[in-house]
Amino acid sequence: MAFVAIADRDHEHALHDPQSFIRKYIWSQDHKVIAVQYALVAISIGLVALTMSVLMRLQLGFPDTFHIIAPQDYYQYITMHGMIMVIYLLTALFLGGFGNYLIPLMLGARDMVFPYLNMLSFWFYLLAVLVLCAGFFVPGGPTGAGWTLYPPQAVLPGTPGASWGIICMLASLAIFIVAFTMGGLNYVTTVLQARCRGMTFMRMPLSVWGIFMASILGLLAFPALFVSAIMMALDSLVGTSFFMPAVSSMGERTVHTGGSPLLFQHLFWFFGHPEVYIVALPAFGIVSDLLSTHARRNIFGYRMMVWAILAIGCLSFVVWAHHMYVSGMNPYFGFFFATTTLIIAVPTAIKVYNWVLTLWRGDVHLTVPMLFAIGFIFTFINGGLTGLFLGNVTVDVPLSGTYFVVAHFHMVMGVSPILVVFGSIYHWYPKITGRMFDERLGKFHFWMTFLGAYAIFLPMHYMGILGVPRRYYGYTDAIQFIPPSVHEANEWISISAMIVAATQLVFLYNLIHSYFKGPVADPNPWRATTLEWQTPDTPPKHGNWGKDLPEVHRWAYDYSVPGAPEDFIPQNVPHSEKTPVGREHGVPT
Amino acid sequence: MSLTVAYAALATGIAVWAVLVMKLRAKPWEVTAAGVLDKQGFNVSAKRIGLWIFLAVVTSLFCLFLSAYYMRMGEHAGHGTLPATDWQSIRDPSILWFNTVLLIFGSVAMQSARSAVARSQVQQTRVRLFAAGLLTFAFLIGQWLAWRELRYSPLFSPLNPAVAFFYVLTAVHGLHLLGGLFVWARTLARSLRKDVELIDVRLSVELTSVYWHYLLLVWLGLFAVLLST
Repeated sequence: MAFVAIADRDHEHALHDPQSFIRKYIWSQDHKVIAVQYALVAISIGLVALTMSVLMRLQLGFPDTFHIIAPQDYYQYITMHGMIMVIYLLTALFLGGFGNYLIPLMLGARDMVFPYLNMLSFWFYLLAVLVLCAGFFVPGGPTGAGWTLYPPQAVLPGTPGASWGIICMLASLAIFIVAFTMGGLNYVTTVLQARCRGMTFMRMPLSVWGIFMASILGLLAFPALFVSAIMMALDSLVGTSFFMPAVSSMGERTVHTGGSPLLFQHLFWFFGHPEVYIVALPAFGIVSDLLSTHARRNIFGYRMMVWAILAIGCLSFVVWAHHMYVSGMNPYFGFFFATTTLIIAVPTAIKVYNWVLTLWRGDVHLTVPMLFAIGFIFTFINGGLTGLFLGNVTVDVPLSGTYFVVAHFHMVMGVSPILVVFGSIYHWYPKITGRMFDERLGKFHFWMTFLGAYAIFLPMHYMGILGVPRRYYGYTDAIQFIPPSVHEANEWISISAMIVAATQLVFLYNLIHSYFKGPVADPNPWRATTLEWQTPDTPPKHGNWGKDLPEVHRWAYDYSVPGAPEDFIPQNVPHSEKTPVGREHGVPT
Repeated sequence: MSLTVAYAALATGIAVWAVLVMKLRAKPWEVTAAGVLDKQGFNVSAKRIGLWIFLAVVTSLFCLFLSAYYMRMGEHAGHGTLPATDWQSIRDPSILWFNTVLLIFGSVAMQSARSAVARSQVQQTRVRLFAAGLLTFAFLIGQWLAWRELRYSPLFSPLNPAVAFFYVLTAVHGLHLLGGLFVWARTLARSLRKDVELIDVRLSVELTSVYWHYLLLVWLGLFAVLLST
């Protein structure tokens, strides 16, 4: 291999500290700064989406009261809320934020392998967000086509933002995908190439496993969205007929001929379903680490957890058409996708069992991150079970157009991952800022958010079973079968939603106030084993590790090892009499 | 979506296999008594790994475009055959044959530059690298001429999906080549600098040649599809 080694001689990443403010905090190539930049932009745009959800709830809870919310505004809020939350908040925060921060630190690397590309990734992401926001200022406003952007209505007059808004959305998505590809290449290559000595694949923390697999999914799935965005933009701008069928609009025939809206749906969901796991897998990984650390117990079934992540990743590419049962399809086709959907529940259930078994007989500390992690398990089981209903064709068909889908989707893809996001922010806040947050405010934030989320989404399940249609601006007398109790439920949901939204201000206050006034944090306040807590400085400096890189001697879950004086042994501590071999061998003790 | 599914199955198969090979089944605790395990990762450059991952992404992109192409022609898996009545096959411009030959020569030149840099032949490396880029430029100009030819043919209409796909597929391929030419220009500039050792240019030339061969394969695939439909 000597020949290859010479041929592949790479230039070492220069380690000298950038001195100027701009190179340090703006055009920074440091993964930690880029992670914080990603997180700040994602949270900012997420707040815009949160505000739009409050506006929607105002309309639904108190129809005919707030006249500033016109029907077209409502559809624009729906669309932007959905797209921002799924793509620009959750995907960007989990991979661009946590991925950037955690991968090099947890693997004992100094930085990502391509720091310049990493920096470009953030700036492209910011550009994508700005182009998306430009949609609010163009004639006609942002698109109101629904977050799935289904043609033909997405580009037909009558849909809000059908001329300019949709183009801003498609352009923004295309730029986002370029940004993601640059970031994803970095995450995957760093995991493959930059692990420190001793850090084998089967010693990586599950957070890294989740982010690694999600990055691979993103790299393979986002091109589908890219293809559909380009082709729809051409349909709208040039007048091609990739997706646009022969259709009359406003009493006139359009120029379009026999395009295929079904083709768009296939492409969109070929991206859309893996996207669920692009968000879920990092959450799965991170929550495993939170549970293990705060329960002072090794993760149950580590190898099984890794294989479950791989299995879910592979299976997520063969379930996409369960989003299209109501589009009409060959019954055998539907049968196939219903079956694969149920199969994917198996590795997912394995993970849930293992989380619960990790808690069992653990020394559970109900810290703020732990509360969020346990809240995640509850919510994910809840959302997962309703997924079994919707995964079956015959049950899905009557429920598909109702609030049951809204409830399921928000439980499994909205509330669950966001609980992990909050838990992770609280968990790593001391490392990122060097300060501790206010625990009382954190617990207040958890209980209000957790209970509030159930107050919002549990009633929606019942509304769905009653047949209340989703996507509607209002339920006037035209829909006679909706009982008055639904309107009362809508008021309850809206008030709950506003309380939960306001609670997020407490969270922001806690973050900002603690950053300036919080007590100085211990370098390892949770007494965790993973490498990011073992850095010589808190917050870690440029290069992370000082002069020498760490060496790993054990897995990431040596908690409560019998014979050890403390209830945790960090990964970089060699084996000795006082720090014996833990349970890495898998034998329960 | 059959092509895409096949690709996804293949890609995941390769990924799982690769992970297996990468000692997923290793039991690190069995050797820890002897001390710390060696440095992890493959014994190749991160850039090389990064390029191969990028090629997987581009493969996914083109497979999805081709899936869309066949589905738009009327082959909807799971929905029965819905023949597209508006699809009017076009006669592909004959200059495409000439362009294909140019791109093949470009790839050959790139490969010979790679051989030259391996033998530390500075002058030959520069000349062949330059020739490869020039041939690729010529290919792109040829593609533009093909666009013009189709633009003035009687079958031209953006409404005809065969025409629209022709432009989209060739444009996406051309954009990837343009990106490659950007890297090529940087590599050529490095090879011309006196203060850079040839050994440090070697990796760049190797990776550029891999990318060139890959885009040649993509073009041959696209051309075959365009000719056969």
